[in-house]
Amino acid sequence: MWCTGLRKRYGKRTAVDGVSLEVGRGEVVGLLGPNGAGKTTVIKMLLGLVRPDAGEVMLLGRPAAEPAARARVGYLPELFRYQPWLSAAEVLELHVRLSGMDVTADERRDVLALVGLADRAGDRVGGFSKGMQQRLGLAVALVARPEFVVLDEPTSALDPLGRVDVRDIVLSLRSRGIAVLLNSHLIGEVERVCDRVVILDRGRVAASGSLLELLGQHEVRMHLTGVPPAGEARLAGAGQVHREGEWFTVALPVDDEATVPDLVADLAALGVRVHAVEPGRISLEERLLGILRDGSEERS
Amino acid sequence: MTRVVLTVAGLTLREAARRRVLLALAVLTLVLIAVSGWGFSRFAAETGGTLTSGEARLTASILLNLVMFGYSLIAALGTAFLAGPTLAGETESGIALAVLARPIRRSAFLLGKWLGLVTFGAGFVVLAGLAQIVVVRLTVDYWPPSPVTALALLAAQTTVLLTLAVLLSTVISPMASGVVAVGLFCTTWVAGVVGGIGAALGNDGVARVGAVSRVLLPTDGLWRGAMHGFQDPSALLQFGGADGEAFPFLSVAPLTVAYLGWAVLWVAMVWGLAAVSFVRRDL
Repeated sequence: MWCTGLRKRYGKRTAVDGVSLEVGRGEVVGLLGPNGAGKTTVIKMLLGLVRPDAGEVMLLGRPAAEPAARARVGYLPELFRYQPWLSAAEVLELHVRLSGMDVTADERRDVLALVGLADRAGDRVGGFSKGMQQRLGLAVALVARPEFVVLDEPTSALDPLGRVDVRDIVLSLRSRGIAVLLNSHLIGEVERVCDRVVILDRGRVAASGSLLELLGQHEVRMHLTGVPPAGEARLAGAGQVHREGEWFTVALPVDDEATVPDLVADLAALGVRVHAVEPGRISLEERLLGILRDGSEERS
Repeated sequence: MTRVVLTVAGLTLREAARRRVLLALAVLTLVLIAVSGWGFSRFAAETGGTLTSGEARLTASILLNLVMFGYSLIAALGTAFLAGPTLAGETESGIALAVLARPIRRSAFLLGKWLGLVTFGAGFVVLAGLAQIVVVRLTVDYWPPSPVTALALLAAQTTVLLTLAVLLSTVISPMASGVVAVGLFCTTWVAGVVGGIGAALGNDGVARVGAVSRVLLPTDGLWRGAMHGFQDPSALLQFGGADGEAFPFLSVAPLTVAYLGWAVLWVAMVWGLAAVSFVRRDL
């Protein structure tokens, strides 16, 4: 899936402004951003639910304007509701029929079992809790043998166990070569399963790249005593130093195998007593907040 | 395309059945049939010797048209209030999101919904109307001159109204679409009656009110055609020929082919507008 230059205005408000992104086969891409950043609008434009004012979308090798492009696309909407007068099994049957795929009853049962609804297959959806409806939504997204799955806030109504289930499902999709676009507020969730992240802010792509690219900056925390001026100079030479009592945090601009061992060896040679060395990584949350803060400072 | 249309039509019918709309209509119809059957039988028993056969046929015609109007009103209310929730309600609640993200054209989805509603509404008036005709036959021994045409026109009237309701539900909220559709249906009927009075009094200006409203929304025109098929041909003469036009439950003339053509064109145009509006809509 790729899209380029997507633009959408609602009246005077620009919801999405020149968004381009792509998701490759077997790749899990996370869509992050604050409320109102345009994430759901982008997703709806990819699926033909919202007409873009400008831009182009290709789904599985076809222009998204053709309904056939969505034949192998699974979608769990943020606003998940299913026909309350149907049973869970009937909802899946309906979606299989609309998708035009030939999915056996056994396969449909397996998908319901995968999302933990095996014993509720015959129950009316109207009696389901929100969490169960979201699980059903996940089954709907997965039932017609998709090659590209779009999950918009897939865990918003789920308990912690359900969230782990979703994470496992996403990882198993990736292992089967299925592309996944995951929109989630839960940064930890995105960090655990996504290969790449696209950060949207006010309708624009504020940053994008692999987790390594976005979180490339590593740091090391050290508990040191007896640090002579030469030792402090060595630390400052390694990167920006932040000191709290005897704890020194050094942001490392380059991260190769040798940086930390060399630093520790040099410090020891300078007579510094090294009590602890903890590798650290800037979390996606810190990075996201940093990007969004920089964006709002630039605007002001 | 056909697969999607039939699947969605089937789904719409299943919704009507599962949401107890079918049951409610069936109960209502049975009550109406029972009450009218009792009324007709009393009428036959109490006027047995006092009415001429012509008078009896006139009264049976009027009563039959009156009861049929009841059915067409139930069908109008039922389909108008079913069309709103099933289309506008689904887009509002989010049910349509997962469905329309499937490889289907929105126009096919809309056609399926419309077909389901037409089957439901038209099926109801035809079955209920047929049951009523049988009841009248059994109680007062009256059989309308062209029941098939009349029932078909009743079904057409329901189709016209629900096509309007479908168009409205693509642009306004589910509740508003039902209210507006039924409101327009009643307004056209009243305008038709006013026009009839104008014609009976020889006032062309007032008569035009009915004619214009029948062109704008063909429900009343089709209803008058249906009445003409239910009533005894001699009834109108008994009532005073063309002056019968002033009476809302008798119809002076059958429908013209041109008017039927217009009704078909009207449905096609309004459906087309609904499709354009629905296809362009952001969900």
